[in-house]
Amino acid sequence: MVTMDSVALIALLQEAVPGVQLEHAPGIDSQPTIFVSRDDLPALALALRDRPDLAFTLLAELTAVDYWPREPRFEVVYILVSMEHRRRLRLKVRLHGDDAHVVTMTEVWPAANWLEREVWDLYGIQFDGHPDPRRLLMPEDWEGYPLRKDYPVQIKMTPRSAEPLQVTEEEFRSSLTRDRLSRG
Amino acid sequence: MTVNMGPQHPSTHGVLRLVLELDGETVRSASPTIGYLHTGIEKTSEQKKWQQVIPLVERMDYLSAQSNSMAFCLSVERLLGLEIPQRVTDIRVLIAELQRINSHLVWLGTHGMEVGAVSVMLYCFRERELLLNLNEMLAGFRMFPSYMRVGGLREDLPRGFHDAVRAFLDRFLPKLHEYEDLLTKNEIYLKRTQQVGVISKEEAVAYALVGPIARAAGIDYDVRKYFPYLGYDTYEFAVPTETRGDAYSRYLVRVAEMKESVRICRQALERISATGAFAVDDPRITPPPKDRVYTEMEALIQHFLIYSQGFTVPAGEAYVPVEGPRGEHGFYVVSDGTNRPWRVKCRAPSLLACQALERMIVGGLIADVIAVIGSIDVVMGDVDR
Repeated sequence: MVTMDSVALIALLQEAVPGVQLEHAPGIDSQPTIFVSRDDLPALALALRDRPDLAFTLLAELTAVDYWPREPRFEVVYILVSMEHRRRLRLKVRLHGDDAHVVTMTEVWPAANWLEREVWDLYGIQFDGHPDPRRLLMPEDWEGYPLRKDYPVQIKMTPRSAEPLQVTEEEFRSSLTRDRLSRG
Repeated sequence: MTVNMGPQHPSTHGVLRLVLELDGETVRSASPTIGYLHTGIEKTSEQKKWQQVIPLVERMDYLSAQSNSMAFCLSVERLLGLEIPQRVTDIRVLIAELQRINSHLVWLGTHGMEVGAVSVMLYCFRERELLLNLNEMLAGFRMFPSYMRVGGLREDLPRGFHDAVRAFLDRFLPKLHEYEDLLTKNEIYLKRTQQVGVISKEEAVAYALVGPIARAAGIDYDVRKYFPYLGYDTYEFAVPTETRGDAYSRYLVRVAEMKESVRICRQALERISATGAFAVDDPRITPPPKDRVYTEMEALIQHFLIYSQGFTVPAGEAYVPVEGPRGEHGFYVVSDGTNRPWRVKCRAPSLLACQALERMIVGGLIADVIAVIGSIDVVMGDVDR
């Protein structure tokens, strides 16, 4: 297995994207972890995917961690795999709680679509330019973002969409007739 | 015409809802809706002690229960920096491969039934029953044994386990050939699955499809070979691949994988001694044996500490990928140095397969939708978590 430590990887990335600010984070497991600023992310992502000496074509995972009450409280985590070079990389973006948005990666890695929707759903982090910014797992009308650390755990809430639809007999019959008529 | 397929449709493998826009029998657009099985396991895990998370994660992807809990344990053990005894590692390999056969059998049975081969389901569930019996022998629980522990296993292998596994393996291979006789050259099955739900190699990478779906499209990515864990690099096995990327190729890949799993199981059985260490020798993590708890003060204190407070895990984060039955999965675990996890995130291969489903069924026939959903082997518990 080819291993490459973070320092060498950072040097390679700085050559690929001039002027990019990267920070190496020490990790307990042996995977290289790199912090990048929000503004540098799009250029860096393209370089990571397209440069043949990097070739991180597979976005294995995209998630977020909430470090509340610390600020910046959010970290968006991208776990990338380069199948060609047998290498893994953890890319992270720090976000402030009152300014939690980052550019979508759906153009670079189409797999990011649902994963970003899940992060939006559970953490309330916005992905600018996302083609389909809806909740993924929770009901559409849910209030709050459940995986945030300041979200109350013992909450009782009935989603409105779960209430059964009440139909009177007249409405039911008229809808039946309408249906028959429309079918001719 | 708009057709609402599911969420209670028997072929959606749980509760997947598809809103299909049809033109005659051709699917014009499809929009999957998920979340009906969302149980908030990731949030619940943050309230539990480390060992208590194991039964929860087993219920995520309920067909690869032990593979899930093993992945979780590997990540936590990486954070703890534990040296796991070799015997435990070999037992874990054996259990993970049995779990892969188990999961593929359920897949083969349900998929076969959905495309019209009902007898295949009966046969597959017959063999799966034997695997569940093995689980029961191992831990007293058939679907979710919770046999894995951070630091090793809950207890030693039961007496006669080696023979029981060997008997299963001896019986299983000829049976697998029988299933192949039923399907591989079956004209109806070929017509239902060939050139159906095709996904190209490039699209598979872009949509982060891994495991059997990617291998059916010609990508030989297998975590066991690319990023070996549990000493998989010392086992002899092949990674079967196909190139056409259709539902039939996925069938071929999974059947070949079951044969490779049998090979790995046999090798692992050779390595596992009948008795020996079944957990790491660390008083913080492994509870003392019961006879010592009853007779020694220190052991009693240790027992109470482990079951009341649990153990703390150094602050940090770890992600150890493993090759589950549905491809790379693993747990991204963040610890803040206390006895409860700060964040547990499961990489769910089914979620990504479900995302790519739209690409595979649009433009095809509505009858093929069922064959495609079957062939990508989604487990809704894994999609929604």
